[in-house]
Amino acid sequence: MTSAVPKSAVRAEGVCKSFGTVDVLKGIDLTVAAGEVMCLIGPSGSGKSTFLRCINHLERIDAGRLYVGDQLIGYEERGGRIHELADKAVARQRRGIGMVFQRFHLFPHLTALENVAEAPVLVNGESKAKARVRGRELLARVGLADKAGNYPSQLSGGQQQRVAIARALAMRPELMLFDEPTSALDPELVGEVLDVMRGLAADGMTMIVVTHEMGFAREVGDALVFMDDGVVVESGCPADVLGSPREVRTQAFLSKVR
Amino acid sequence: MSGRPVTAEADGTAPAKGPADGDRIRAVPLRHPGRWVTSAVLIFVLVFLVQGWAANPRMQWATVGEFLFAPVVLEGLRTTLLLTVAAMAIGIAGGVVVAVLRMSANPVLARLSAFYIWVFRGTPLLVQLLFWYFLSAIVPVIGFGVPWGPTFFQVDTNRLITQMTAAVLGLGLHEAAYMAEIVRAGLDSVDEGQSEAAHALGMTRRQTLRRIVLPQALRLIIPPTGNQAISMLKTTSLVFAIAVPELLTSIQGIYSRNFQQVPLLAVACVWYLVATSVLNVGQHYLERRFRRGDGRATAQRRRRQAVTPFEEPQS
Repeated sequence: MTSAVPKSAVRAEGVCKSFGTVDVLKGIDLTVAAGEVMCLIGPSGSGKSTFLRCINHLERIDAGRLYVGDQLIGYEERGGRIHELADKAVARQRRGIGMVFQRFHLFPHLTALENVAEAPVLVNGESKAKARVRGRELLARVGLADKAGNYPSQLSGGQQQRVAIARALAMRPELMLFDEPTSALDPELVGEVLDVMRGLAADGMTMIVVTHEMGFAREVGDALVFMDDGVVVESGCPADVLGSPREVRTQAFLSKVR
Repeated sequence: MSGRPVTAEADGTAPAKGPADGDRIRAVPLRHPGRWVTSAVLIFVLVFLVQGWAANPRMQWATVGEFLFAPVVLEGLRTTLLLTVAAMAIGIAGGVVVAVLRMSANPVLARLSAFYIWVFRGTPLLVQLLFWYFLSAIVPVIGFGVPWGPTFFQVDTNRLITQMTAAVLGLGLHEAAYMAEIVRAGLDSVDEGQSEAAHALGMTRRQTLRRIVLPQALRLIIPPTGNQAISMLKTTSLVFAIAVPELLTSIQGIYSRNFQQVPLLAVACVWYLVATSVLNVGQHYLERRFRRGDGRATAQRRRRQAVTPFEEPQS
């Protein structure tokens, strides 16, 4: 799983997804280049979180194709037909894709360090000692070296989210997905999480960020995608989309969030 | 739960020194006369009852003492404990399996598991015990081999299903049905986000269940399981019906000869109480072990620590 990422890190072609009779995604086409930071914005219910969850197959897509690197996610094309992948194969695909959730979802029965070191040992078969050393490094990287022994319930929201980022990085992902990482945080804690993400972007991590932080999108994002009602309405350079939106729906949305 | 620190010390700041002596409120504590009255009445009633009971010559306390450590009673106690441990082991292991099957995506497994719970929870335990005991009446021999094909070896059912195995099977399989529902409730209580986070890290479904969901579910599963174990300890007395020499059966054996029913039943009660007390202690430590990281427990501990300096009289 350490193969170099090809030119396009993520490629979506006509991705559709419906929950029952509700069509949440109605044909999403987009490409994220390796090393690029793409921010996804849009009103709630626009399908941006669902799209993000499709990328690591937490949701299965109903139509279209979704590639991460050169791998078709969740399926396999064999003999002109599409086959569902087994649980193990899906798990293998997910190893290279880190995800950070709006509500952190740290494992409450494990300390910060155990949260970070669990998956490398369990999934990648790393030695416990090695995983713990690297876990401490990652906690230091997100500024929480002194909280290694704390349980999630003893950490603030911002600290929990930083542990969650370290936990995802422990699997050495080539792509990081952020699902509204600061939306559940008190305003004064948003900055510390965005700082960590800024650092990741500076290190060249490929990132897709669903966010309401327009400042972050403008400053750190290489590309900005505005989604509404299950389709990509407008995309381009963040400064352009935020500064002079072409579409009426984009204009209406941006006028509300400012 | 965004679990923000509640107390000042969690932020690294030292606990407040408390107000200066002049500002400190020295209130007269609120009196609770009602509490004193009810306590006094209840203690009086209790003393009256205990005294009357203890002083009653018909209780034959000497007989209680005589049989409390009688070898046959201790042997019965040993059997009771053995039955409890074996039946709970089958119950817990079986319960986890049945619960996981019940939640399986495979409809056949899920239905079969529901059927198991329906049957074993829906018929009296006594009937089930008798059923296992009389199994040989329907199935005289049990063989191992290819169904409808050759049999490799076979045993007499009465040889395989002794009174003891019938008791363990009956108690254990019945318990598994109850444990399955307890385990299922525990698994259901773990937030879906936990599985998603584990899956996103590349864990398979099995790894997620074993390392992430089950340990968290245990926190909810253990207290009712402790109840079940305590209940099981006493339920084992039902196996007197199939003449397994456990505590109650031994006691009955004695009083059917010497007719000292009440003192001997008191002996049984003493041992049942001792055993349940031991289980209570065990449950307490298990619960504490599995509450690690629980926000409420941590907050309580912190509050206790935070409160101490204020309760110390300041000179």
